[in-house]
This record gives sequence, structure tokens and C-alpha cells, in this order.
Amino acid sequence: MNPPVMEKVAQKILSENDRIAATLRAVFLERKILCVNLISSPGSGKTLLLEKTLEAFPKTERVAVLTGDIQTDNDARRLARYGFPVRQITTAGACHLDARMVEKALADWDLASIDTLFIENVGNLVCPTAYDLGEEAKIVLLSVTEGEDKPLKYPGIFFKADLALFTKIDLLPWVPFHLDEAHANACRIHPGIEMIDLSATTGQGMDAWMQWLAQRQAKRQSASA
Amino acid sequence: MHEMGIAQSVIDMAIGEAERKNARAVLRVSLAIGELSGVDTESLRFCFECLKKDTLLDNATLEIDYRRRRHQCPSCLREFEVANHDSSCPHCLCQETQFLGGDELELSQLELEVA
Repeated sequence: MNPPVMEKVAQKILSENDRIAATLRAVFLERKILCVNLISSPGSGKTLLLEKTLEAFPKTERVAVLTGDIQTDNDARRLARYGFPVRQITTAGACHLDARMVEKALADWDLASIDTLFIENVGNLVCPTAYDLGEEAKIVLLSVTEGEDKPLKYPGIFFKADLALFTKIDLLPWVPFHLDEAHANACRIHPGIEMIDLSATTGQGMDAWMQWLAQRQAKRQSASA
Repeated sequence: MHEMGIAQSVIDMAIGEAERKNARAVLRVSLAIGELSGVDTESLRFCFECLKKDTLLDNATLEIDYRRRRHQCPSCLREFEVANHDSSCPHCLCQETQFLGGDELELSQLELEVA
């Protein structure tokens, strides 16, 4: 019998996902679409933030949402009330969205009529981290009812996110959450990460969030494919 | 939780490579997994063992090179492993250092049995 052969492969395990994500990214760039991927634990307030965000956009804005869940289209129904195109991706068990699901969901959409695309990922701080969706930026949400050490426990997503949103700050008087410590932990994992504290319920901090989006949108419009 | 999908991708890639080389079996699969990749290596091993049965990987062992987060200091140019999430340079204490690696999710090598 022949001796075993060593074969150097050096290939990314998710290369098929990355290939589709790269195609999506090229399309977004060409169409000047700002695509952001919202990632958090279940219950950190992604859907409420998106509701308030859609509510704040003038009806003439060209905004669309893809929302991922393991089951139910409850989120899509909540978000559809604001008059913008919304589509639910039900993963039927998968704990994250992948690039193929996004590609499929967008297949029959008129991308020429979209400037901003929000992707609400499945509530999970681990698995969505590994799957590139072609987005311009990953955004991580951490609510004040969780632990300040979440960035240390889930460093992958805090490292990959451009922006960390600290949500539900209206609850700060009633919960033992130290915002400074949470900020410091996020900065330890990702020095230079942008951070905004907000409450979608009271509206505090929403201006800063809308401004962040507007800045990224302006940058996208001026970028050439 | 997504380790089953990752393990399946690894196995598919290994089988594809083995078939291209006309190999009879895959004896060893070597992966590089970074601490920032979001993959639990124990869970990945478990999934790999479940999924390899009755494939070309039936007798394959899984080798995981777990990579810590690595940075390089722009001042003293030394490379170091980030310990305790502190990415400042342990040598010259420079605060802003460059990310080198630690988010790998890669199939690096296969050992194949050829006819």
C-alpha cells in the first residue's frame, strides 16, 4: 500500500458562504445600498429598535428589512406596519442567517428601489458571527438587562462589529448594570469600536443612531463600485 | 449551535478534495480554528464524529490547531498573543496594536490514503 499523502488545502471552511456574500457585497456596492446586519441575544431589542427606526424615517426613504427567526413571522408582521418592504426569513431551526438565505430572499426584490437594507439576524451572539452576509457593517446590541461582561464572553461578535448599541437604557435606574464597565469591556475586545447608548422606548439616543446611519449612508452614496 | 453545519462543510470539502485526488480514504483532517471564530471546538469534534460515519472519512482523525488572538505592536514590532483580552503591547505597553489573527476557520491540511 502507498504511504499516506499529505495534501495542503488552506481553504476557508465557509468558503461557499463567503463566495455568495462577496457577490451580495458587490451588488450592494454597485446599487449603492447600505446593508447592516443586526446581531444580539434573543430579547435585546432588535425588533423594537427597527420599529422605531422605521417610524423615524420619512415615508419617502427607500428602506427595506429582512428579518430572521427560527420560527414565526411575528417580527415581519410587526415591522410591516411602517409601510416599508419587509420580508421574514424563517430558518426552521438554523441558529443564524447565511448568505444563501439572504440571496434567496432578495432574488425577486427590485434592488434599484432600496437605499438602506436592515438585516435582523436570528437572536444569537455566537453563530451569526461566522456568517458573512455581504453587509457593510455588523452591529451588535447589548441590553442593560444582560451582563456587562457579555463582550468578554462573546468576543467574536464584539470584535467583528463596527458599532455596539447599548439598549434599554431607560431601565438603568432599576437594574444593577454598569454602563461604563460594559463600554470598557467592549473596547477591550475591540479598541475603537463605535458605541451608542439608547432606549427605543423613550427615544433617548435614537438621534445618535439615526445620525450614524445617515453618515454611513452618505459614505455609501459617495463610494464608487 | 452551528457546529453541525461547520462539521458538514469540513466533511464535504474533504470528500471533494479526496475525490479529486482519487484517494480511497481520508486519514486525517487538520483545521485551524481561532478563538474569535465563534466555534466551540468540543462541539465541532462531536459533530464531526457523528457525520463522518459511512463516508471516506470513516477512519479519519480530526486535528484542531486552536489559535489564540495575535497582535503586532507598531512601535516595537513584536508579535504577541493577547491574554485576558488586553491587546496593549506586553513589551512596550503601546496601547494601539495591530490585529494579526485569531478568527481563523480554515481547513488547512488533509492526509489521504491513495490507491
